[in-house]
Amino acid sequence: MSPTHAALATAADTHGFLSPTGVEIVFLLVGLVTFGAALVTVTTRQLVHAALWLVVTLGGLAVEYLLLTAEFIAWVQVLIYVGSVVVLLLFGLMLTRAPIGRSPDADSGNRWAALTVALASAATLVWVVVDAFRTTWIDLDGPAAGSTRATGESLFQNWVLPFEALSVLLLAALVGAIVLSRKAKAESSSPPVNSRAKNGSSPPAPDSRNHPIGRNGSPEGTEPAEQEGAR
Amino acid sequence: MHLAYPAVLSALLFCTGLYGVLARRNAILVLMSVELMLNAVNLNLVAFDVWLSKAAEETLHSGQALTLFTITIAAAEIGIGLAIVLAVHRNRGTADIDKLRDTAEGHESDGPDRDASTAAQAEKAEATA
Amino acid sequence: MTTTTLAVLVPLLPFLGAAAGLLLGRTAPGFVRPLAVLPALASLVLAAVVAARQGGDQAINAATELTPTGSVPIELALHIDGFAALVAVLVGVVATCVQIYSTGYLREDPRYPSYAALVSLFTSAMLLVVYSGDLMVLLVGWEIMGICSYFLVGHYWETPEARAASIKAFLVTKLGDVPFLIGLFALATDAGSFRITKVLGTVASGGLDHPTLIALLLLAGVAGKSAQFPLHTWLPDAMAGPTPVSALIHAATMVAAGVYFIARLLPVFEASQAAMIVLAVMAAVTMIGSGLAALAQDDIKRVLAYSTIGQLGYMTGALAVADRGAAVFHLLSHGAFKALLFLAAGVIIHAAGTNSLAAMSRMTHLRDRVPDAFWTMTVALLALAAIPPFSGFFSKESVLGAAEHAATGHAERVPGTSGWVVLVAGLLTALLTAAYAMRLWLLAFHGRGAEAPDHGRQPLTMTVVLWVLAAPSLAVGALAYRVLPDWFDGRDLAPTLTTSVLGTGVALVGGIVTYAAWRHTTAAAARVPLGAVAAHPEGDAAQVEAEAIASHAPVYGGVAYAPDPADPGRLLLGPLHRHAAVGFHLDAVYRVLFVRPVQAGASLVRFLDREVVDTYVGGAGALPRWLGLAVRRAQTGNVQTYVSALLAGTVVLAVAAVLVATGA
Repeated sequence: MSPTHAALATAADTHGFLSPTGVEIVFLLVGLVTFGAALVTVTTRQLVHAALWLVVTLGGLAVEYLLLTAEFIAWVQVLIYVGSVVVLLLFGLMLTRAPIGRSPDADSGNRWAALTVALASAATLVWVVVDAFRTTWIDLDGPAAGSTRATGESLFQNWVLPFEALSVLLLAALVGAIVLSRKAKAESSSPPVNSRAKNGSSPPAPDSRNHPIGRNGSPEGTEPAEQEGAR
Repeated sequence: MHLAYPAVLSALLFCTGLYGVLARRNAILVLMSVELMLNAVNLNLVAFDVWLSKAAEETLHSGQALTLFTITIAAAEIGIGLAIVLAVHRNRGTADIDKLRDTAEGHESDGPDRDASTAAQAEKAEATA
Repeated sequence: MTTTTLAVLVPLLPFLGAAAGLLLGRTAPGFVRPLAVLPALASLVLAAVVAARQGGDQAINAATELTPTGSVPIELALHIDGFAALVAVLVGVVATCVQIYSTGYLREDPRYPSYAALVSLFTSAMLLVVYSGDLMVLLVGWEIMGICSYFLVGHYWETPEARAASIKAFLVTKLGDVPFLIGLFALATDAGSFRITKVLGTVASGGLDHPTLIALLLLAGVAGKSAQFPLHTWLPDAMAGPTPVSALIHAATMVAAGVYFIARLLPVFEASQAAMIVLAVMAAVTMIGSGLAALAQDDIKRVLAYSTIGQLGYMTGALAVADRGAAVFHLLSHGAFKALLFLAAGVIIHAAGTNSLAAMSRMTHLRDRVPDAFWTMTVALLALAAIPPFSGFFSKESVLGAAEHAATGHAERVPGTSGWVVLVAGLLTALLTAAYAMRLWLLAFHGRGAEAPDHGRQPLTMTVVLWVLAAPSLAVGALAYRVLPDWFDGRDLAPTLTTSVLGTGVALVGGIVTYAAWRHTTAAAARVPLGAVAAHPEGDAAQVEAEAIASHAPVYGGVAYAPDPADPGRLLLGPLHRHAAVGFHLDAVYRVLFVRPVQAGASLVRFLDREVVDTYVGGAGALPRWLGLAVRRAQTGNVQTYVSALLAGTVVLAVAAVLVATGA
C-alpha cells in the first residue's frame, strides 16, 4: 500500500459511509426522489405527466445544487429549467397535439435495446465513479463555493469572452427558432418565391429547378407543404 | 460530503436520460430525456467544482461557469429542437421518431397521409434535379 | 529546282493531297476530285522529270539526319538510280490512271473522299519506298502501304467478304513484316547503317556476318508483301476491294514493292547461295501453283489476282538468277498491263452486272457493250500471255533468258540449280498463263445465251484511261529492251532465240488447247443455265461490283468457285480443278496451322478467364456482398437504433479503456 493511498484510506475512515452527516442524508433522500422522478419521466405513458415529473426532477436537482452550496446555479436552474424549458416543452406537446391521457405507444420498439445499453452504461459509470471517488470528501464548511458573489467574480473575471460568445449563440438560436417555426406560415400566406422571381428579371423560360413536383407530373404549387418539402 | 453521492446520482440520471433518448417514441419526450442527461452533467460539474475549490483551492470556478454555459446552451437547444419538431410535425403530421425513416435502405414512403409521401417525392425530385 | 528537291516533292505531293483530302473531304466535296487527281498527276510529271535528269547515270544520293538516334543512325535519304526513277514513273502513271478512273468508278460513293485520300496516301508511301535510300524510311512507307491496303480492301465493309479480306490482308502481310523488321535490324547491325549505299558497300567488302539468316528473314517480308508462296493467300481475297484498288495496290505497286526491295538489295541475297535457291523454289512453286489456280477461278478478278501472283513469281525468279534488270523490266511491263487488265475488268463487271465468268459465258454481246474494254483487254491479255510483239513478251523473255543463262552456268555467283528451276517453271507457267488468259477472254467475250444487261454507257474517265494504259503494252516492249539496259545494270535484255521460240511455242499451245477445250464444252453452257446478275442501270460501277461480290458466295457456294460444267478450265484441269479452285487448300492448311490453334488458345484463355479467374473474382465479391446485405438490413432509418448501437459501442470501448488503464 502506498503512503498516499493509506492517507486516503484514513480520510475515508474519518468520514465513513456508515456514519453519514446530516447534509448527506438530505442529499441522499432528495437524490432518491430526483432519480425516481427521472425514472417516471422516461417511463410514463402519459406525455404531459412526463413533463410534470421532469419538473420534479429538475427541482430536486436545484435542491441538490443548494446542498452543494452552489446557490446561484440552483436559482438559475429553477428559473431557466423549471420556469421556461418545461413550459416550452409543454407548449411543444400541445402544438404537436400530444394525446392527453395514457398513450399505449409512448415507447418505441427499441426499448429493450435501450434498456440494455442504459443498464450497461450505468453499471460501467457507477463502477468507475465509485471506484475512483469512494474516498474523496467534499469539505462543505467555510465560505460557500458557489455563492453568487464567487460565481459572478469568476464569470466576469475569467469567463467574459466565452460568456459574450454564448450570447451570440443564443441570439443565433433565437433567430433560428423563429425562422424554423415561421417559414411555413409565411409561405402559405404569400405567393411562392420563384414566381416572384419569374415576374421580375428572369426570362419566361420555366425554371424547372424550383419545380420538381411539376416535373413529376402533379400540378405544381397546390400545397405549401410540397414547396416546403422541395426545399 | 462524499463526492461519490453526487457522482453516482449524476451517473444514474445520465443513464436514465440515455434510456429515455433511446426508448421514447415522441420527439418531445426525447428532448426531455436529453435535458435529463444535460442536467446530470451539470450536477457532476457543480459537485466537482465545489470539491476542487476546497481541496485544490481553485478559484477559477470553471465547473460552475461551464454549468451556466450548459444551461444556456440547453435552453438554445430546446428552442431549436422544438422548432424542428414542430416543423416536422407540420410536414409529416407526426412527431414520432421511428416514423421518420427516409434514410432507410430501400425506403418507401409509408407515411400515414399524403403529406409524407409528397414530401418524400419532393425529396427524390430534388435529388434528381 | 535541283533534282533532289524534285525527288522530295514526288512522294510529298500525294501525301499533302491525302492530308488535304481527309481534312476537306466533308466540308468541301467539290475539291475532292481535283485533290485526288492533281497531286498524282503532278508527282507523275515530277517523277518523269527526275527520271529524265537522272537518265540512268550515276545514282543520286542525298541524305539529312534530323536527329541522332543512337547507335545506328536513321537518315532521311534518297537513293535514285535507274530502277528507282523508272519504277517511280510507273507508280505515277498507274496512280494517276487509277485516280482518274476512280472518279468515274466511285462517282456516287459516299465514302469517295476518304477513299481518294487513302489512295493518295498509298501512292505517296509507294513513292517513298521507291526513292528512299534508308531502310528505316523505306520500312515506314512499306507499313503505310500495309495499313492503306487494309482500309482500301475493306472499302465495302458492309459485306462480310470485304471485312474478312481486309483483316486477312493485314494479318498475312504482318506475318511477313515481323521477320522483315528483324532482318532489317540484323542487316543494319552488320552494316552499321540503315543507308542502302552503305549496306551495299558492306556486302561488297564481305562484311556481312549472317547473310543467309538475313536474306531469309527479309525474304519472309517480301513474300508477304509480294504475295509469294506461302504468304500469297491474301491477294486473291483482297479482290473484295474496289477494282481500282485492286489495280493500284494488288497489281502494279504494293506487290511490286517486295520485288523492288530485293532488286535494290540483290547483293545481300547473292551473298547467300541458300537464299537464292529458296528464292528460286519459292518463285517456281508460286508460278505453277498460281497458274493452275487461275485456271480454275470463276471470279474474273480472282483470275487476275492469281495471274498477278504468277507474274510476281517471274520477277522473283529473275531475281533468283541474279538478273534484276529483267525483274524490274517485267515489273514495269507487268505493272502497265495488269493495271489495264484490272481496270478493264472493272468496266466489264459494271457492264455485265456480275463478276462471275460462268455468268458472263451465258451472255451475248457483252463485247459490244464495252468495246473499249474488249480491245484493251485483248491487248493486255496478249501481253500477259507473252505473245510477240506485245510488251509482256519482251519482259518475260528477258526473265527466261536470264534463267537459261544461269542454268547453262554462264552466270557467276548463281547456282545452276536455281537457273534450271526457274527456267522449267517459267516455261510451264507460260503455258498455264496463255491457257487462263485464253479462258478468260473466251468466257468473258464469247458468251452465248441471253442478252447482256444494259448498265448504260461507261463513263469517259473509265474508258480513256484504258487506252492510255494500253499504249505501253502495245508498243513499248520492243523499244524498251534496247533502252533499258542503259538505265539498269547494263545487262542485255534482248530475247534469245531458244527461249523465245520455246516460250512463244508453249504459250501458243496453251492458247490452242484452251480454245479446243472451250469448243468442246461450250455446248454444255446452253444446257445449264447459271448465274445471277445485279442490274442497276442507274447505279455506279462500285455499287454493281459490291453487290456482285456480296452475291457470289450465296449463289455459287463459294467466292472462287462456280459449278459450271461448261468451263474449259474444268476439262483441262480434270481432278485438279476442285483443289485449284480453292487455292490448293492452303487456306485450310493455314486454318489448321494458325487459325485453329489461335482460336483454341483464345477459347482456353476465355475458359480460364470466365471459369477460373472469375470464380476468384466472384468469390472475392461474394463476401463483401453478403456483408453489404447484412449491413443494409441494419439501415432501418430509425435514428434511435443507430444511437443505441453507437452508445453500446462507446460503452464497450470505455470498459475496454478502463480495463486497460487499470491493468486488469
